Amino acid sequence: MVEFIKDNLILNDPMIVGANISILLTVIVLVFVLTYFKKWKWLWTEWITTVDHKRIGIMYIISALLMLFRGGVDALLMRAQLTVPNASFLSSQHYNEIFTTHGTIMILFMAMPFLLGLMNVVVPLQIGARDVAFPYLNNLSFWSFFFGAILFNISFVFGGSPDAGWTNYAPLAIEGSPGPGINYYLLGLQVSGIGTLLTGINFIVTIIKMRAPGMTLLRMPMFSWTTLITSFIIVFAFPILTVTLAMMTFDRLFGTHFFTLTAGGNPMLWANFFWLWGHPEVYIVVLPAFGIFSEVIATFSRKTLFGHKSMIISLVVISGLSFLVWVHHFYTMGGSANVNNIFSITTMAIAIPTGIKIFNWLGTLYKARIQFTAAMMWALAFIPTFVIGGVTGVMLGMAAADFQYHNTYFLIAHFHYTLIAGVVFACFAGFVYWYPKMFGHKMNEPIGKWAFWFFTIGFNVCFLPQFLLGFAGMPRRVYTYLPEDGWTALNVVSTIGAVGMGIGFVIIVYNVYYSLRHSKMETTGDSWNGRTLEWATATAVPPHYNFPVTPVVKDVDAFWQMKQEGTANKKDIEYEPIHMPNNTGTPFVMSIFFFIAGFGLVFEIWWMAILGIAGSFGCMIFRSLRSHVYDKGYYVSVEEIKRLEQPFHKEA
Amino acid sequence: MENTNKLNTNVPLEYQTETGKLNILGFWIFLGAEVALFSTLYAAYFALKDGVMEGPLPIDVFDFNYTIIMTIVLLTSSFTSGLAIHEMRRNNIKAMVVWLVITLLFGAGFLYMEIAEFIHLVHSGATLGTNALWSSFYLLTGTHGVHVAIGIVWITLIIFQALKRGLTPDTAKKVFVSSLYWHFLDFVWIFVFTGVYLLGMVK
Amino acid sequence: MFKNYKTWLIIMLSLVSLIVITVLGFQADLIVLDPKGPVGEIQKDLIMYSIYFMLAILVVVYVLFTYMVIKYRDHKNVDSKNYKPDMHGSVKLEIIWTAIPVIIVIALAIPNAKALYDLKQPPASTAGKEPIVIHATAADWKWIFSYPEENIETVNYVNVPEDHPILFKITAADSMASFWVPQIGGQIYGMPGMVNELYLQVDEPGEYKGRNSNFTGEGMTHQQFNMVALDEDSYQSWVKETQENAPKLDETTYEKLMLPDNVGEMTFSSTHLDFVDHGIDATYAMHIREKYGVEIKGVKITTEEYKQVSNNGSHSNH
Repeated sequence: MVEFIKDNLILNDPMIVGANISILLTVIVLVFVLTYFKKWKWLWTEWITTVDHKRIGIMYIISALLMLFRGGVDALLMRAQLTVPNASFLSSQHYNEIFTTHGTIMILFMAMPFLLGLMNVVVPLQIGARDVAFPYLNNLSFWSFFFGAILFNISFVFGGSPDAGWTNYAPLAIEGSPGPGINYYLLGLQVSGIGTLLTGINFIVTIIKMRAPGMTLLRMPMFSWTTLITSFIIVFAFPILTVTLAMMTFDRLFGTHFFTLTAGGNPMLWANFFWLWGHPEVYIVVLPAFGIFSEVIATFSRKTLFGHKSMIISLVVISGLSFLVWVHHFYTMGGSANVNNIFSITTMAIAIPTGIKIFNWLGTLYKARIQFTAAMMWALAFIPTFVIGGVTGVMLGMAAADFQYHNTYFLIAHFHYTLIAGVVFACFAGFVYWYPKMFGHKMNEPIGKWAFWFFTIGFNVCFLPQFLLGFAGMPRRVYTYLPEDGWTALNVVSTIGAVGMGIGFVIIVYNVYYSLRHSKMETTGDSWNGRTLEWATATAVPPHYNFPVTPVVKDVDAFWQMKQEGTANKKDIEYEPIHMPNNTGTPFVMSIFFFIAGFGLVFEIWWMAILGIAGSFGCMIFRSLRSHVYDKGYYVSVEEIKRLEQPFHKEA
Repeated sequence: MENTNKLNTNVPLEYQTETGKLNILGFWIFLGAEVALFSTLYAAYFALKDGVMEGPLPIDVFDFNYTIIMTIVLLTSSFTSGLAIHEMRRNNIKAMVVWLVITLLFGAGFLYMEIAEFIHLVHSGATLGTNALWSSFYLLTGTHGVHVAIGIVWITLIIFQALKRGLTPDTAKKVFVSSLYWHFLDFVWIFVFTGVYLLGMVK
Repeated sequence: MFKNYKTWLIIMLSLVSLIVITVLGFQADLIVLDPKGPVGEIQKDLIMYSIYFMLAILVVVYVLFTYMVIKYRDHKNVDSKNYKPDMHGSVKLEIIWTAIPVIIVIALAIPNAKALYDLKQPPASTAGKEPIVIHATAADWKWIFSYPEENIETVNYVNVPEDHPILFKITAADSMASFWVPQIGGQIYGMPGMVNELYLQVDEPGEYKGRNSNFTGEGMTHQQFNMVALDEDSYQSWVKETQENAPKLDETTYEKLMLPDNVGEMTFSSTHLDFVDHGIDATYAMHIREKYGVEIKGVKITTEEYKQVSNNGSHSNH
């Protein structure tokens, strides 16, 4: 045991030792604080076992911000290494590990949970539901994501990080990478993938079955629509990832031959399967982002969304096409001209529905009264920046030209323009916009705008030069270059931009602290003069049952319409007891078993793997036998409702 | 969530509560995900099956009669599972349990035959690590087999709950959902049987 | 802080000027847009063609965006004519902004398709000349070039005659690598057990940098080579000289090349095609590494089988 720890704990790299020590200190401080203030019980009953979608959403967002920090540090380290030619700040191996974890973390452990967090907080409120359809599964989703993320993240201090890129192509990831790093990648993603799949199922059922009376599908707000479509993509794309990861895990642990070079394995199959999941995955993160922008832009334009129906149609078209373009990630694999031609056309076709959306947003701004709040500025900045990502996407989609863009910084710049301008801007916009819904006070606006300017300007300064670096022939994933390559000046500019983004992020985190100390508490549930049902609650932070009485919907902008008619916030409501689900600790325990199983498999410690798998099945059996007790739930009494709805009554 | 205990007695028992309705829809969607999962395994098998370098070919080691019996056993279990639901609708718990037990016996029989077949294959030199064809064969049929095994444990648990608590909306929902699962495994097997076994024996 | 839209506008403008400065300042280095051969030329033309469309789209969106943001900002005296909160959409407009992108996509798809088919053919400008066949094999982390006709093998550089079509047959011994000479033409993957063909041609004598652009591990950054274009006579004399003076490539030397490492330039007067064809045998390099004790994942079982096979082989020889 001691030998095992000694062998795998990474102590030869001063930066990682530093990280080790700081993690240890943080844990000690956390444990001390929780014990000193006697908060363990609070943590367990109020948060860990909660089935309240809003709290689960907040936990997702906090985890995502932590992961954004980790992925951001990775990014800054890479930029530091690339600023000048022949730098020796990072070794090749260390650089490879860092870009691998940067990519994986940003997509799977930052962008996805951030959006899932916002979906969790907002969607049930937006459709007028009490909670999601399966609150128990929702808790399980969060914890399996969380423990999957932990499993992935401990790799860099224990055993070594994965080092084959986030795309993890075979044969490099099998024959070329003997350490436990790739195993961490495979199992970390596998464990967190369970959570994502369950979330997908959960939101489909929630949205199909639990909309408030009168909310037809065509009256459903855009963010809920994007959540629904995204959930469908998740349900059909994530099983592909599950199988693909399992196949490589088997190759590495049990000597099978799926992607190996020997005995008939086919490394190209990995690339195909990976992108069959991977391209829909891009839309899994970008569609909800579109939904957030639609909400924010409509609210701060003081105008209903332009072309609601064509927005929905384009969403559906995009989701369908997203499964038909995976080959464009490897035109260079030697496919025939016919194949490359067909996939060029499907790829460019995605630009059509996306273009419709861009023009609809512009249409929403037409004859509007635009208010430049921090949330709106993120949403506005999205349009011009994302269009750069979009048009370069079309350029990359043209296979004959892609032979020159492939694997270059042109590609890097393109997907950062889509993923940062699309997804990260949306996360920040949604975070600021729904912040009062989560915490009862707004984020400080001036500080928020400072963060906005640092981040967006930094972003453009960082990534615009990278398009040119692509044309200058700089490939991605190189850890250094020579002075005579002529890439130095652009790289210096790029690093300066990255620092700007880093400062922007720090300001956002500072703003959370500052707003907690100084912002005024909201007195109503309607912080921004909103249009959709999440703003229709009596208090800023809705009580766990959300609505004392289920609202009735008559229009697309349900709450706006109620305010116009004066039917919002009616007095003298007859309350009835509300049925709510119980908290649950099983998913947390089950996820710990997932983690144990994953860890055992990473290091091929079989007893541990078996223990973990058996434990997870044990938890499932426990749940199956007790579900009738659990499903009974409990009732919130009328007195309790009256007490919780008090602020509204005072006002009235 | 709301009105979980309010019953709508005009529909079958398993649909009477809100939870029941949500669970059943959720399970259908879960089966959609399972279709994607098995399709991927199936696609992997077809992508890799011609990558044979050494080791036996399917045509050398498959036994037509044996797999036909396996298929009939599993199809029968799917039929008896349907009869169990029929009895559940008639509120005849005893007959339902009897049919469920018969379903499980057939399921266990199928599993036994599958394991015996795997042992036979391993002895003929077709192991998990022999080549890409056999790796993908075991992954596809093995994943199906693991599903059957999980189904057996799950349905056993449900039988105990039904016997202990009688036919309530909650237990009826569980029986119904598990029978959907069981039919689904049958549906997957038909593809495995035709795609892997029959086509494997053609050439 | 930025309540005033003018501040906002100023910063927007500074951003735009920054873009312009970046573009102008670094124009000179863009080798992809300065090709020295017909393949790169086709690709550059296609890139420039698409860039004009894209710039047009950007201009339309930016003009509309700037107009909306300035014209319809919220201020005290918004006229009711300029504020229509219930505007739901416009079928006419939506048809327009669906149709135009469709036309643009068609306008891009046609030259793209033409280029795709052209790139599969030898360059049209030298249609009369028989292409020289060169096998390019990536092995962690070097490029090995074999001239089967001339019986020459080079490592990390490749000499070619100018104005002459070259047919590269690209494969790999181990990881999936991408063969790329930015100034001559776009890339294609080399994969073990497979051969991809790529026609290239250099129109001006000179040295052009080439590399593996696909990530293959620690030494990938340094997996570079020089493509040297010589005039016809110098090329022929290089061939003759190499055939006479360069050492033969023996199996031990070649086995050393299969180990993951970066190496310098080498020249031989025979090719590895005599003892292995990586385009068919995907496992050769793995077995060599096993032999030299390099740790490899995923070949545990086959290695034993391999030993068995080779043992059996030696038995039957006795």
